[in-house]
Amino acid sequence: MNKHVSPKMNRRAFVIGTAAVGTGLAIGLDLPFGGPAVVRAADGSPEIGAWVVVRPDDAVVIRIARSEMGQGSLTGLAQLVAEELECDWSKVSTEYPTPGQSVARKRVWGDFSTGGSRGIRSSHDYVRKGGATARLMLIQAAADAWKVPASECTAANSVITHAPSGKTTTYGKVAEAAAKLTPPSDVKLKDPKDWKLIGKGVRRLDTADKTTGAMIYGIDVKLPGMLNAAIKDCPVFGGKLKSFDEAKIAGMKGVKQVVKVGDTAVAVVADTWWHAKTALEALPIVWDEGDNAKVSSESIAKWLAEGLDNGQPAYVGNKNGDAKAAIAGAARKIDAVYSYPYQNHATMEPMNATVLYTADKCEAWCGTQNGEAAFAAVLEASGLPAEKCDVHKVMPGGGFGRRGQTDYVRQAVIIAKQMPGTPIKLLWSREEDMAHGRYHPITQCKMTGAFDADNNLVALHYRLSGQSILFSLRPEALQNGMDPAAFQGVAQSGEAAFGYSVPNLLIEHAMRNPHVPPGFWRGVNVNHNAIYMECFMDELAQAAGQDPLEFRRKLMGKHPKHLAVLNAVAEKIGWTTPAPQGVYRGIAQVMGYGSYVAGAAEISVTDGNKIKVHRIVASTDPGYVVNPAQVERQIAGSFVYGLSALFYGGCTVKDGKIEQTNFDTYNSMRINEMPKVEAVMVPSGGFWGGVGEPTIGVAAPAVLNAYFAATGKRIRSVPLRDQNITFA
Amino acid sequence: MANLIINGKTFTLDVEPDTPLLWAIRENAGLTGTKYGCGIAQCGACTVHMDGVATRSCGISVAEAEGKKITTIEGLASGSSLHKVQEAWIAQDVPQCGYCQSGMIMAVAALLIERPKPTDADIDEAITNICRCGTFQQVREAIHMIASA
Repeated sequence: MNKHVSPKMNRRAFVIGTAAVGTGLAIGLDLPFGGPAVVRAADGSPEIGAWVVVRPDDAVVIRIARSEMGQGSLTGLAQLVAEELECDWSKVSTEYPTPGQSVARKRVWGDFSTGGSRGIRSSHDYVRKGGATARLMLIQAAADAWKVPASECTAANSVITHAPSGKTTTYGKVAEAAAKLTPPSDVKLKDPKDWKLIGKGVRRLDTADKTTGAMIYGIDVKLPGMLNAAIKDCPVFGGKLKSFDEAKIAGMKGVKQVVKVGDTAVAVVADTWWHAKTALEALPIVWDEGDNAKVSSESIAKWLAEGLDNGQPAYVGNKNGDAKAAIAGAARKIDAVYSYPYQNHATMEPMNATVLYTADKCEAWCGTQNGEAAFAAVLEASGLPAEKCDVHKVMPGGGFGRRGQTDYVRQAVIIAKQMPGTPIKLLWSREEDMAHGRYHPITQCKMTGAFDADNNLVALHYRLSGQSILFSLRPEALQNGMDPAAFQGVAQSGEAAFGYSVPNLLIEHAMRNPHVPPGFWRGVNVNHNAIYMECFMDELAQAAGQDPLEFRRKLMGKHPKHLAVLNAVAEKIGWTTPAPQGVYRGIAQVMGYGSYVAGAAEISVTDGNKIKVHRIVASTDPGYVVNPAQVERQIAGSFVYGLSALFYGGCTVKDGKIEQTNFDTYNSMRINEMPKVEAVMVPSGGFWGGVGEPTIGVAAPAVLNAYFAATGKRIRSVPLRDQNITFA
Repeated sequence: MANLIINGKTFTLDVEPDTPLLWAIRENAGLTGTKYGCGIAQCGACTVHMDGVATRSCGISVAEAEGKKITTIEGLASGSSLHKVQEAWIAQDVPQCGYCQSGMIMAVAALLIERPKPTDADIDEAITNICRCGTFQQVREAIHMIASA
């Protein structure tokens, strides 16, 4: 079994060039006889291009820039490189370059950001080229040694063969020579039909340590002399820290220091985290909560409801024909208002980061979905230049979008900066994690559909009111004020395109941004858009007196890929045959993150409010499937995350604060509530879509539509616990 | 000071008696395989064995644990040979992020002591750990794999 080398905190992944002088990194630049520079890994093995290190024993180390957080793309990315490298997969391990090393080498590893189901789909081309480049260099080195044309040599399983002479050698034997060659500039990638490793459900490279307790997560980082910090940030977002009475906890065991963290937070630093947390709870703190303390879920809901009024300004995201006129003149129309609440990511591992700050250096060890963003946070908070900073990524205990933000890294640096020379591990309590999430945005949606006399859908008006993530986190990405991401799943075109043709269509967004900070939460805007659209599509079908599947199909003639996944789930669940006695079905489809997905659920309902989910079928067309075993896990995991949010989730606001504090008030599905997910992969090729997120969009609407089929009741808001509906 | 028997070894630790066992294990004994998830015995990430019984270590104090035989994820294997649950976890590629899996594995190992061939209903009843990645399907398959071995 290959062992993924989990990044050890004090281990240099590898050494880099002269730009790193001053960081304490050894210089691994080898300039023999004026040839190209050889960059060496920590153990002295040569790099064959930036993505591959080959050891004398033929072991191959593949560099991974994106973050593994459970989604499996570390293994998938290694498969992509290894496919082109033609190396022995059983000898592959991986390692993370640090963002500091990447910056020092002109971002040779590209983007580190691991969100938006982007890990593989945004880097497949250059990582495969990295593998192919290394293969060509290794073959060239062998050919040079044999004095034969490289074109007569082939490589497979880390063995290079010159067929005409029968000579063979291995990657490890020619690696030194290969490392000195100039990389070829033009490399050709394999035709997908020739893939041997891509498309195979090989086991993950990072499993073994996760079964023995040996895997190091951020919370497990230990540095010599390290102290531990517990933090409280003003529970009202936007509020400030007024004062705290540190004398009250001065004698408490283990307490070393109480520090202000920016204008809004206070941290207790102690020998152990338990001591820090205990003292923090005893620390009298006065907050300046500000005007946001007047905000409640009710006041937010009222404000959003006003945005549903057509008289209020809104951004138009998708439009054809004249929906308002068509609705006004239609034979019949129906409308409905839906809503979706705030959700916390609730990663199993609360936010944390460990930072060592000295006068001339600042390093962080943390789980992060974006090493470069964490690096930028270290630079900014420390005030030190790039060459004096770095971030060492460790395994995150879940990400789901939360660890794309760097607030916790910034806090740890601010604390460590006040205690130079002492490594500080900042760990949030679960309560702090619940109180200071970057929440799934809150929205409402009013939809109106209009029919002609023959029950054909002639118009659809989809009016969203609520929060924009980009407004808060990436205002530079707004387009004349409009948040294009707000239309994920209902967009005119692109990676999250609407899958229906309606002659008169108006999809618009009245942006209203409450003070609760929004974030990218697995599935992001696809979550609510898919619930709104797919549940209302069922309402339209019912109003037209048609089968929900047939009604959709009629509108999907111009969207064959959307239709194909819908057909795949319909077939697998047996839509046209009767469900077992007492069992009811629901179906949904959406496009997100470049992939087409559909889901169907079979449920039974007892006493009108106890749901048993018997079966889930989900199909996906992500273009190419790199590792079907991992894609299957992402599909199933998306249902667990999506249905947890549907049944148990929802964060509410009182006095400007989030009310939910832990898993007792923000529960998550358990094994007894979750059926097997039957995944149907229908990759049609020719494009690369994501798999970590899109399926979550269909999880809730498939179940909600089944609930209607079972009870005749429409559920138009989340979570179900607020409506006294739970798992059977 | 407290004496804790963890993985067959006695640790004399400088902790207050009301310290949750979880934090004594992680911070004082230095065994970080046992994870903090909630601190209120809801999620199960901190599950250890206490005298062979699956126990959420965040919810009991050091004083209560003294004199008991505590096994953590680090003590589950016998020397270099992995426990059958760990082997099954590797064979079925169960973990995603893996953070909850120490607790999940300990809960399953305890279930198998009580019921070597658990049914789906037994699993539903006994395994109540939270996994936000959603590995339940693989957890169930791995347990059945062990039971049918």
